[in-house]
Amino acid sequence: MTDGKPILAVERGGAADSLAARPKIVGARVKRTEDARLLAGKGTFVDDRRVSGLLHVAFRRSDHSHARIKQIDCDDARGMPGVVAVFTAEDMASVNAIFATSRMKDYHATAITALARDKVRYVGEPVVAVVAETRYLAEDALELINIEFDPLPVVIDPEEAAKPSATLLHEEAGTNVLCAREFRTGDVDQAIACAAVRVSGRFRFRRKSPLAMENRTYLAEYDAGRDELTLYSSTQVPGIIRDALSEALDIPGSRLRVVAPDVGGGFGGKASLYAEEILVAFAARRLGQPVKWTSDRMEDLASTSQGFDQIVDAELALDAEGRALSLQADVIGDVGAYSIYPWTAVIEPVQVVSFLPGPYKIPNYRGRVRGVATSKPPMGPYRGVGRPTSAFVTERLMDMAARKLGMDPVALRLKNMIQPNEFPYRIGSGIVWDQCAFTECLDAACEQADYSALRARQARARAAGHWFGIGIACYAELTGIGSRISVAPGMPINTGTETAKIAIDSTGAITAAFGVASMGQGLETTLAQVVAEHLGGRVEDIRIIQGDSAAVPNATGSYASRSAVLAGGAATLAAREVKEKLVRAASHLLEASADDLAVEDGKVTVVGTDRALTFRQLARAVYLEMGRIPSDKREELTSTRTYDPVFGTSATAAHLAVVEIDPSTFEVKIERFVVAEDCGRLINPMIVDGQVHGGVAQGIGAALYEEVVYNDEGQNLTASLVDYIIPTATEVPSIEVVHIEKDSPTTLGGFRGMGEGGTIGAPAAIANAIADALSPFNIDIFELPVSPERLFRLIENATTDRKESTHGHEA
Amino acid sequence: MAKSVSISITVNGRAYRHDVEPRLLLSDFLRIELGLTGTHVGCEHGVCGACTVLVNGDSARSCLLLAAQLDGAEIMTVEGLATSGGLHPVQKAFHDHHALQCGFCTPGMLITAVDLLKKSPLASDEEIREGLSGNLCRCTGYENIVRAVRAAADALKSENQESAL
Ligand code: FES
Ligand code: FES
Repeated sequence: MTDGKPILAVERGGAADSLAARPKIVGARVKRTEDARLLAGKGTFVDDRRVSGLLHVAFRRSDHSHARIKQIDCDDARGMPGVVAVFTAEDMASVNAIFATSRMKDYHATAITALARDKVRYVGEPVVAVVAETRYLAEDALELINIEFDPLPVVIDPEEAAKPSATLLHEEAGTNVLCAREFRTGDVDQAIACAAVRVSGRFRFRRKSPLAMENRTYLAEYDAGRDELTLYSSTQVPGIIRDALSEALDIPGSRLRVVAPDVGGGFGGKASLYAEEILVAFAARRLGQPVKWTSDRMEDLASTSQGFDQIVDAELALDAEGRALSLQADVIGDVGAYSIYPWTAVIEPVQVVSFLPGPYKIPNYRGRVRGVATSKPPMGPYRGVGRPTSAFVTERLMDMAARKLGMDPVALRLKNMIQPNEFPYRIGSGIVWDQCAFTECLDAACEQADYSALRARQARARAAGHWFGIGIACYAELTGIGSRISVAPGMPINTGTETAKIAIDSTGAITAAFGVASMGQGLETTLAQVVAEHLGGRVEDIRIIQGDSAAVPNATGSYASRSAVLAGGAATLAAREVKEKLVRAASHLLEASADDLAVEDGKVTVVGTDRALTFRQLARAVYLEMGRIPSDKREELTSTRTYDPVFGTSATAAHLAVVEIDPSTFEVKIERFVVAEDCGRLINPMIVDGQVHGGVAQGIGAALYEEVVYNDEGQNLTASLVDYIIPTATEVPSIEVVHIEKDSPTTLGGFRGMGEGGTIGAPAAIANAIADALSPFNIDIFELPVSPERLFRLIENATTDRKESTHGHEA
Repeated sequence: MAKSVSISITVNGRAYRHDVEPRLLLSDFLRIELGLTGTHVGCEHGVCGACTVLVNGDSARSCLLLAAQLDGAEIMTVEGLATSGGLHPVQKAFHDHHALQCGFCTPGMLITAVDLLKKSPLASDEEIREGLSGNLCRCTGYENIVRAVRAAADALKSENQESAL
């Protein structure tokens, strides 16, 4: 450990925060209110919705990677019994194209339409939509459609596509490089010139699918009498979709509502606008009947936004004592065929260079990035967004440097980390970390795993010929980002604020509405905890409304680990205000000074007496029993408050993986996985643990199994769950989680936000563990996933090289 | 279009007689014809396990079966697990151990777990993991699902011991 001081597994930050002042409901392992319906099979996912007269959509998608559409013949399909309508882009001329705008220079937006117009740009792009009485019939009719394509050269390799001579996917952009940026601090070249040690590599993190277990599904209902349209969507961002559809279809928000009921996982894959959402909404209005589309898994893998996919050339330079002097990186991100709404093509690749310096003090930094269009489905946010790649690169470089310097990788990290007394700290990309438990997390992970004992065990295992490795990864992230920072300046949405609307009605019941949308992370429970805490109510009496664009005037949804911080903050503000109103009413009714009143468990009590009023009694007095409170003192028991953390906060973790590789099958077995993390004050430790487990499992998938593969013709070779492999219960080990609970100094409530972290640290930790296991062969890991096949080739090459070089010496 | 087939089928203890199209999947029959939407469909190609139901007492993937094949069969879906006495012990264990997040894989997990508990003592966690490995979950990392099934297995064991006394 750093200074020999024992580290408490759980400690508290903030000087004024004594254990006695610790809130009771926030921080408790409250069991989830969502569970009852989900366990009984009574959840309402979009596809579960029963509506009479429902029509079903099937899409004829492009089977070409890049082609001009010469002609579409739908006559036979239109004539098929059971088919109600067939739409092509031509039928949708009245629908406005949507653009993900940004003020960022050198950025090119691309038009987003429901159906391909003139050209197709990836295999799986929707071209024709059939609406029929059943899904079976709609799919039958697809066979009757004839599309004549004029194939164009494929644009599949991002490095080739970035060249000026490349075929263009979007002629009007004049380039395939949809965005380019560079961050610079200090003088990298000079730092390299005086460095004692340099390590570098070309890192490749392959393309992923978010792969929520529920496929995307959309159902639109149109009320012709009122000219009102409601879209039920498996989306993380109902508010964003409402605003986009309002623009596409020219309907005011008052007559357009987007509802995300129960959503079966999102992970970023349901955080963008989709062509199918526009089509379904359009068709319901055009046909005056409810219309639904439910994706199958093949369509999901071929058309849902994909993640990661970057090539990073990076170099780290250090002095002889192991102090990092400079880091430089050149990143190419494959952003797919369109710049996704609302995040833009910038979202993934720019995050990579923004976060590369990580939790380390690196005085000189240069990060250059280009986001390049290729004929693949659009790149969108996927859990971790860019940062899994940043952590992979930086953490691999740290291990490579430690090896070259003959230092322990933990010691090297601790030496270079921003120390507890050095916050806030601005890293080379311009990000400022607020007080955050960097070194504490690393210490705690090592303590939990008993790092020195592990190293001793490794020595014994190695002596016995086992391939046994230990891998560490540390990272930091910005979460709960406020209005002053956004992914891309001038994005068409505001992600930095969140609104809570709390009301106690005349029966004394509490309803709290938010703009966030839960896709499984238990927001109905955690937000009820925050409201209960600050209002003095009981969790079970609070109904949370979320996932509905009509709930609050401006809503976006849930993404970027923002919900706990932003909605939690808004809930705190609004709950406090309602509580003040309750106290004023009670003070009048009980003839007691406000200072003598306590609000707890759904009632207001005069402290030290048995005089009390329940919320129900208070509500009746306020709303119904006129005369009990003078009218000039009567206040509606409601509050709507918006919270903006302005800059947001930081979260951090250290991951430690222990692996053993089977020399005959090249299977990587993860023996242990430890996470020590600081996500600030925990609202519900049970739910936080669950988020960490799930994130790590996705990180394991990203490190070892998952890869969306496109061949040279741009065909997706992994369009089923047989080919796109995600971890099952046998591949994921038991995950040990240690919480270092440092309250965030910059957010209300001290929450930090943590939904994505598991996926950021795990791939890097596993890559390091594998490299460590194979260090006797001098093998480094530069590419993820490390499938058994890749491992086999690496080991095969290393051992033949070795044989050859030994041979060379002899000669 | 091929002619429809008439089937008699018992689902969660209730008898139904339906005319079905020969190509109608059991999953669609349950969800669309009977409105039992608790059975979820995650892949329709037999990999994810979300659609798992009990067919004549054994777990099976309803997306791989045709309703027309199941004349005379007895089916149990997630909706049939709870009784008037309350949640099934496996459902309760899932709640207690936070073994579900989005809940989409949950019905299939529950049914699989019920089937496993019936057939095996599940002495080790490895056995539980092995037994659940045909069901994909993207949210939980399986950790709490394993804990819940462990708890249900232990509860069942002590129940059996008590009744043996
Ligand atoms: S839906 Fe049946 S196994 Fe996936
Ligand atoms: S709980 Fe979401 S897939 Fe398992």
